[in-house]
Amino acid sequence: MIRFVFLKLARALLTILLVMTFAFVVLRLSGDPAQIMLGPDAPQDAIDAFRARWGFDDPLWRQYLAYLGQILRGDFGVSMRDGSAAIDLVMERVPATLALTVPALVLKLAIGIPAGVYAALHRESIADRGVIMASIFGFTIPSFVLGLVLVLIFSITFDLLPSGGQDTWRHAILPILTMSIGGIGILARFSRSAMIEVLGQPYIRTAMAKGLPWRDVVWRHALPNAAVPIVTLVGFMLGSLIAGAVVVESIFSWPGVGRLIVVSVANRDLAVVQCLLLVIAATMVIANLLVDFTYGLLDPRLRSARPAH
Amino acid sequence: MAFVSIRDLRVAFSGVPVLHGIDLDIARGEAVGLVGESGCGKSVTWLAALGLLPGKARVTGSVTLDGEELIGASRRAVEKVRGARIAMIFQDPSSSLNPVHRIGRQIGESLALHRGLRGAAARAEAIRLLDMVGIPSAAKRIDLYPHEFSGGQCQRIMIAMALAGQPDLLIADEPTTALDATIQAQILDLLARLRHETGMAMVFISHDLGAVSSICDRATVMYAGRIVERAEIGALFRAPMHPYTRGLFDAIPDLDAERARLAPIEGTVPDPKALPAGCAFSPRCVRANGFCRMEEPDLKPQPNGGEVACFYPIPAPQREEAFA
Repeated sequence: MIRFVFLKLARALLTILLVMTFAFVVLRLSGDPAQIMLGPDAPQDAIDAFRARWGFDDPLWRQYLAYLGQILRGDFGVSMRDGSAAIDLVMERVPATLALTVPALVLKLAIGIPAGVYAALHRESIADRGVIMASIFGFTIPSFVLGLVLVLIFSITFDLLPSGGQDTWRHAILPILTMSIGGIGILARFSRSAMIEVLGQPYIRTAMAKGLPWRDVVWRHALPNAAVPIVTLVGFMLGSLIAGAVVVESIFSWPGVGRLIVVSVANRDLAVVQCLLLVIAATMVIANLLVDFTYGLLDPRLRSARPAH
Repeated sequence: MAFVSIRDLRVAFSGVPVLHGIDLDIARGEAVGLVGESGCGKSVTWLAALGLLPGKARVTGSVTLDGEELIGASRRAVEKVRGARIAMIFQDPSSSLNPVHRIGRQIGESLALHRGLRGAAARAEAIRLLDMVGIPSAAKRIDLYPHEFSGGQCQRIMIAMALAGQPDLLIADEPTTALDATIQAQILDLLARLRHETGMAMVFISHDLGAVSSICDRATVMYAGRIVERAEIGALFRAPMHPYTRGLFDAIPDLDAERARLAPIEGTVPDPKALPAGCAFSPRCVRANGFCRMEEPDLKPQPNGGEVACFYPIPAPQREEAFA
C-alpha cells in the first residue's frame, strides 16, 4: 500500500514537471514575447531593453534552470503587462470559475448518475429510450452553440435571465446550465452502460438466488461495482474544474480563469500562462490521484495489485 | 411424495422457444441428475423456476413448492423461496462471488435474511459453515475477499452461502465444470457428504454422467429443451434406452477397457431457432428413419421403471451387449 501511494505520488510530480517543461519551451519557441507585448512598430532599442529586462537573451537552458529555481522558492514570476505577481492574478480568478464549475459538477452528478442507473434498471422501457435520446442530444451539441441558444431563449426571447456578466447569482444560471448539460448526458450514458454491464455479472445472479430483495441487490451488489468505471469519468470532470470553462466564460463574459487564459496566451504573458498551466496541471494530477485512491477503496483487487503500466 | 413439482414448463427468449414443456418432480432428500450437452435447457429449467432469467424471457407452465405456485407469483413471494427453500450454486465460482465484498459479509447476508442472525452470532455461524465446507483456518480467512481464494475454494464458499439458508433443495448448476479434475472430485465428495449430513434434496446439473452417477439416485437426460429419458441411475447405466443417452455413455473413456477410440455423437445441438421437424435428435441419430423426422415422440414409461421419448429405443439385449 505504501509502495502504491509512493509510486502514484512520484508519477504525479513527474507529470507536473513534464507539463511545466513543455509549456516553458513551447511558449518561447512559438513567437517573440517582446514583439507581441510592445507591438510591431516598437523601436529596436525598446525591444532590446525588454529582452534584457526579462532575461530572454540568455540561452534557453539557463532561462529554464532559473525558472525551476524560482518555482522551488515558491516564486511564480510576475506579469509582463502590469508587473503584479502571476500567482495572484491566477488565484483571484479561481473563485469566479469555481462558482460556475462546482455547481455544474454537482448538477452533472446529481442528474447524470441517477438517470443512467434508472435507465439501466428499466432497460428498453420508454424512460430508458428517453434517457438515451436526451443524453445523445446533451453531449453532441457543442457548448458554444448551446450557450447561444440558451441566451436566445432565456435572455432575448423571454427576457428571464441576463446574457452575460457576473453581478448577481442569476448571471450564473445560464453558464452553469451550458456547462452541465453535456456532462449530464455523458455521465448518464456512461452510468447506464456501466450498470448494464454489472447487472449481467454472475455475482448479481448469486445475490438474487440468495433471496435478497431487488433493492438490496441493486444498492449493495450492483452499484458498488458500477461505481469503479463511473469514478474514472467523475475524476476527469473534477480535473477540469479550473480549466473546463474557457468557452463558456468567453460566451457569457464571466471573468474567470478561462478568460485569463485566453487573454494571457494572446499577449504572450509568459509568467501568467506558465502559472496557469501549472495550476491546471496540478488540478488534473490531484484529481487523478484521488481517482486512483478511490479505486483502491472501491475494489479490493486494485488495492494489492501493482499499478498497471 | 414430490415437494417440488414442475409441470409443462416452457421458456422462450424473444419469441424463440428454448424449453418445450418440462415435467419434473423432486422428492424430499433425493438427488436428481440433470444431464445433457450445453444449451439443452438444463440450467434454464431451474433459473426459470426461481425467476432468475432476464426480463426478455417468457416463462409459462407451473412450478410448485409444497403446493405453492412460483410461476407468476409476486416478486416478494419468489424472493422468500430463493435461498431459504431452494438455493442454487453456479458454474463459475470465482465470478459468482461479489468481488468488492468480504466473503464473511456475503455469507452473513444470507444468515441475516433467512435466519435473522447478525453481528457476532452471524460471524460465528459463518465460520462454522466455512469449516463445514472445508475452508482451512476459516476464522482467519472470513475477512478476505473472493480474489484471495482459488476457484475450488470459491465454490466451497458458494456452497457455504447456499447452506446458510438451510434450504430443502440445492440446485448445483455444473458446480465442477470450471474446476481442475482433482478439485472436481473434492467438490463432488463435499456435496455428497453435505447431502447426507443435512438431508436436503439436490439437483445436480451436469454434462458429466460420471459425476452424476457418483451423487444422484436418478437421472433425467435432456436434449434441445425436452426430456428424452429418465431412470434410476443403476438402470440408466446398465441399459440406456435413448440413442442420445447411449451416445453420452459412449463418449466417456473406459479406464478398464482396451484402448479404443471414443465414439463422439456426430453433429451439434440444433439451434433453437431452427429445430428439425419430428424428433430433435433425429439428424444425429443412427437409429432414426423417416418417421422420426416427421413425428415427435412422447415420453413413455418403460418396463425398467424409467421413461424414454423415442420411437425406436435401444432394445434390452443389445444394451447388455454394449456393456458386456
